[in-house]
Amino acid sequence: MSDNSASAYWKANLRLVAFCLAIWFIVSYLFGIILVEPLNEYRLGGYKLGFWFAQQGSIYTFVVLIFFYAWRMNALDRKFDVHEE
Amino acid sequence: MELQTLTYIVVGMTFALYIGIAIWARAATTGEFYVAGKGVHPVLNGMATGADWMSAASFISMAGLIAFNGYGASVFLMGWTGGYVLLAMLLAPYLRKYGKFTVPEFIGDRFYSRTARIVAVLCLIIASITYVIGQMKGIGVAFSRFLELPFDTGLYVGMAIVFFYAVLGGMKGITYTQIAQYCVLIFAYTVPAVFISLNLTGNAFPQVGLGSQMADGTYLLDKLDLVVQDLGFDKYTTAGMENKLNMFVYTLTLMIGTAGLPHVIIRFFTVPSVKAARFSAGWALVFIALLYTVAPAVGAMARLNLTTTFQGEDGQGMVYEERPQWVKNWEKTGLLKFEDKNGDGKITYVADKATNEVVKIDKDIMVLANPEIAKLPNWVIALVAAGGLAAALSTAAGLLLAIASSISHDLLKGVFMPKISEKTELLASRIAMAGAVMVAGYLGLHPPDFAAGTVAIAFGLAASSLFPALMMGIFSKRINRSGAVWGMLAGLGVTMLYVFQHKGIMFVPGTAFLGDMQPNWFFGITPNAFGAIGALVNFGVAFVVSRVTAPPPEHIQHMVEHIRVPAGAGTAVDH
Repeated sequence: MSDNSASAYWKANLRLVAFCLAIWFIVSYLFGIILVEPLNEYRLGGYKLGFWFAQQGSIYTFVVLIFFYAWRMNALDRKFDVHEE
Repeated sequence: MELQTLTYIVVGMTFALYIGIAIWARAATTGEFYVAGKGVHPVLNGMATGADWMSAASFISMAGLIAFNGYGASVFLMGWTGGYVLLAMLLAPYLRKYGKFTVPEFIGDRFYSRTARIVAVLCLIIASITYVIGQMKGIGVAFSRFLELPFDTGLYVGMAIVFFYAVLGGMKGITYTQIAQYCVLIFAYTVPAVFISLNLTGNAFPQVGLGSQMADGTYLLDKLDLVVQDLGFDKYTTAGMENKLNMFVYTLTLMIGTAGLPHVIIRFFTVPSVKAARFSAGWALVFIALLYTVAPAVGAMARLNLTTTFQGEDGQGMVYEERPQWVKNWEKTGLLKFEDKNGDGKITYVADKATNEVVKIDKDIMVLANPEIAKLPNWVIALVAAGGLAAALSTAAGLLLAIASSISHDLLKGVFMPKISEKTELLASRIAMAGAVMVAGYLGLHPPDFAAGTVAIAFGLAASSLFPALMMGIFSKRINRSGAVWGMLAGLGVTMLYVFQHKGIMFVPGTAFLGDMQPNWFFGITPNAFGAIGALVNFGVAFVVSRVTAPPPEHIQHMVEHIRVPAGAGTAVDH
C-alpha cells in the first residue's frame, strides 16, 4: 500500500471517528447534562426528554453508533484494500 | 419448597455449570491462557465482556444508586456505557491488530521503554486489585445473605470456584464461564423487573413502563416526583449531582476510565480479527445496555414501592405492627432500620433528618428485596442470589486474569527472565493466578481502609494513566518514550493527590489535609470525578515533553502505521 493511500485511509477514518464522537457528545453531554432543563420542557410519554436522554436515549444511541462505525469502517477497509483476508 | 433449599439448588446448579465449562475449556498454551487462542466469536466475546464488566456493584448497587439519586445517577448510566464508544473507535481494533497478550506489553513496545511497561503494570495492578476487593466482598455478602453462611465461608467457596476455572482454563476457561454467567445474571436481573413493571404500569418492558401511565392514569415518573417532593426530597427527575460541571467531568471520567480498564481491553484481544473487534464492542454494549436500560426502571419503581409502603394506607405513615413481611425480613439483616421517634406506633419517612423515622435504608436492598416487594415466587429470589454471584465471580475472574498475565508475562517474561520457555511461562502464569486469587481473598476478608475508595481509585487510575497513553500511542507518531512516562506519572500523580487530599492518604481517615468538603473542591468537582482532569494533564505533559525531546525511532513510527490498518492481523485458533 502506498503512503498516499495509507494517509488517505487514516484521514477517512479520523473523519468518521470525529463524526461519531460528535454525536456521542451531543446525546450524552449536551442533551443529557448541559441542555437538560430546556429539553425537559418536552416529553416522550411520561419521560421528560432531557431525563430520557440521560437515562435511556444516550445508551441506545451509543449502541447504534458502534455498529454504524464498524459497518462504515469495513467499507473503508475494502475501498482502500486494507481488509483482512 | 423452602426458599433456603431452593437457593442452594439454583446456586449449586450454576456452580456445577461453571466447573463443567472449566474442565471442557482447559488452556494448553500461553496463547490460550492469555487470550483464549484469539478464537472467540465476536458475539460471544460481547457476552463475556458484558459479564466481565458488570460487577457486583452493577448488579446489586446501581439500581439503588439510581433510586436515591434520581437524575443525578445518570452519570453512572452514561459513563459506564459511553466508554464503549471510545473503546470501539479509539482503542480496541488497533490493540487487537497489534496482536499481543497484555496492555503493558503494548505500552512497553510502542514507547520502546521498560520503564513505561513497568509503570503500566503498576497502574494495572493497583486499579485491578482495588476493584477485585469489591467483588470478593460482594461474593461474601451474597452468600451470607441468601445462604446464611458466615461471610468468610462464603468467600472461601467463591475463591475455590474462581481458583478452579481461572487457574485451569486461563482466559479460555474464563471466557466460556463468563458467557454462562452473563446468561444467569441478565435473566436474574430482568425477570423481577418485568414483573414489577407489569404490576405498576401493565407494560412488560421496564424501559417503556418507566415512561408509562399507572392504573390511575398518572405517569409513573410524575407520581414519583410528587411523592418524594411531598416528603421533602428533591424531585426525582431533576435531582442533580452537585453541579453541572461535576456531572460533566464525572461522566467523562467514568467513560475514559471504562475504556482504559485493562480487564475490559484484554477481552478484545480474544477475537479473531480487527473487524471482529469492532463488532464485538458493539455486541458488548448491546448486552450491557440490556441491564443498564432496565436499571433506571428498577430504581424508580423500587423507590416508588418503598415510599408508598412507608406512607401507609392513609398516607400518614406505616403502622409498625402491620408492616409487610419483606420489611420484617430486611429489618433482620440490619439493612433497614426504624426508630419510632415520636412513639406513635407509626413510621414516618421524610427528608428531614430530625423527624425521619426510617433511620437506615441500604441502597442494596433495592435489587435484593425487589422480588419480595413484588411478591414473586421463591425461585425468582433464588435466581437473584445466583445472578449476584455470577456478576461478582465473572468480574473477579477477569480482573484476576489481567493481574496474573501482567505479572507472568510483563514482569517475569518481559523484564526479569526473558529467556523462559513457553511451558515455564504457562506454569508461571498459573502460579501468578493462584497467588492473585489468594491475595484477593485475603483482602476481601481484611479490606484495607482504601477499599472504600475503590471506584475513585480504579476509574481515576485507568482514566488518568492508561487511557491517554494507549490513545496517544495509536493516534500520534510523535509522542515518545519520555513523553509517555512523564505523562502517565503526571496524570496519575495529579489524580491521586486530589483524591488523597480530600479523602485521606491511602484513604486513612484523618490524613486528609484539605478535608472532604465542598468549598475546597476545585471548581466544585468531587474527588471521584477527578480522573478526567488527570487525563488532561497526562495528555498535556506528554505533548510538551515529546516536543522538546527526540522523536521516536523510525521502526516505532512504522509500527504505528502498521497497527492503523487491519490487513495482516495474524491467524486465529478455532475452538
